[in-house]
Formats: sequence, C-alpha cells, structure tokens
Amino acid sequence: MATTFGSKRLVVGAHYGLRDWLSQRFTALVMAIFTIAVIVQVLMPGPIDYYKWSAIFGRQWMKVLTFVTIVSMLWHVWVGVRDIWMDYVKPMGLRLGLEVLTIAWLVGCAGWAVQVLWRL
Amino acid sequence: MVMSLKEQPVKVRPVYRNIHITQLASYRLPPAGWVSILHRISGALMFLLLPFAIWMFDTSLTSEVSFEQFTSLFAYGIAGLPGWFFKLVAFVLIWAYLLHFCAGLRHLWMDATHAVGLDFGRNSALAAIGLSTLLTLLLGAKLFSLF
Repeated sequence: MATTFGSKRLVVGAHYGLRDWLSQRFTALVMAIFTIAVIVQVLMPGPIDYYKWSAIFGRQWMKVLTFVTIVSMLWHVWVGVRDIWMDYVKPMGLRLGLEVLTIAWLVGCAGWAVQVLWRL
Repeated sequence: MVMSLKEQPVKVRPVYRNIHITQLASYRLPPAGWVSILHRISGALMFLLLPFAIWMFDTSLTSEVSFEQFTSLFAYGIAGLPGWFFKLVAFVLIWAYLLHFCAGLRHLWMDATHAVGLDFGRNSALAAIGLSTLLTLLLGAKLFSLF
C-alpha cells in the first residue's frame, strides 16, 4: 500500500482512488441485498399495518443487515457526494467547506438511524 | 511520393468540450446518458432528503403512537402543507431510490463482466429505467393500500 500521508504521500498515478471506487462497489452490494430483502417482505400479499411493518425489522438478522446497511450508506454516500463536489466546485476553500458539511450531515444522519435501530 | 510534414493539409478535427449549462435543454442524450445523469441526480436528491427518510424510518417503527404520527402526515399534512405533497415527496424518493438501485446493479454487472458494448449499454439503460418505474408503481400501489 502506497503512503497516504505526510510529504511522501502518493498523489498521482494509476490506482489512485481505487480504494474509494472499490468500497463504493462493495457497499453498494450490501445495500442491494438489504433493498431486495425489504422489497420482497413489503410486497407480500396483505395490507401493511404497524405490526407487520415493525415485525420486518424486529428479526435479529434484519437488524444486523440494517446496521451494516447504515454504515455502508455512510461510506457510499461520502464517496458519491465528494465526487459531485470535485466535479462541479472548483474553488478549494468552498469545496473543503462543503466536504466538511457533508461529513457532519452524514454522520448526524447515520447516528440518528442507528439510534432508531437500537431501540427496536 | 512522400510529402513533407509541412505540406500536408491541416485537417479540421471536431473539438469536444464539456457542454455548457445553457446547452442542457437542446442536448439529446442516449438512454445510457440519461441513466448516468439520473443516477447522479437521484443520489444527490436522496442525500438532501436523508433526514426525511430517517424521520420516516423512526416514526413508522418506534411505536404504534408514532406510527399514527407517520400516517397522519400523509393523510393530513403538516404546517399548512397538504398530505398529498408528502405523498408526492415519498413517491419521488422511492423512484429515486429504485432508479439508483437499478442503475447501480447495471454498473456492478458491467464492472464484473466487462460488458461494455454499445448494445448492452443501451438495452441495460432502458431496462434500468423500465424496471425501476415498474417497481415504483408496485410499491406505490402497496403504500396507498391498493393490494
């Protein structure tokens, strides 16, 4: 692994950004499994009331899958939104500010989601 | 006969630049281009509406009382905004999610199998739009208790 910090860090060349690209793919895979699990359970026949809905997220395997999905989402969205800032926002200071706001926004949302999951 | 480099006529080659924002309306994109830009737009939209999504996750699951709060938002609205407005937002959010999901599966498939032909790009783009719209209608019908 190339050095990613300090004055000798690698800033150019092939495979720079591979880690972000790869992590976005693997987190996508986790969220895809979660999505299919939810869609299949929601589209079962019969109307959905509170008991049916909360039972979906009451099972232990579903709680674990949801938690992994929340963490994956945090990481996935960070890579994606940072890509958007890098594409459209050229002034360095503004981009840095937006990136910091993005991290705060995402960590806040993920914390809230985990908090909800925790008390189920 | 060999011409020297200087005598050869200079070819006028087309220059491709990033399109300007004012050209967006007149620029015709292929299906794969539509999926590409919609992938980004749907992602950005979900990022901005993340607190709303988690609010729904929270109130719909925490208790029966909060579930009532959740359903009443879509039935009666809140703070002067009507219920149908929130239904519409939820519907757009579901569509954004499913489009992002289908376009993402398409990406994963292309990455894994190196299926990068023109035909596959076009067909899979149309499939992603079609499948996500179909799933949105199905889930929407389920949400509004049609089956």
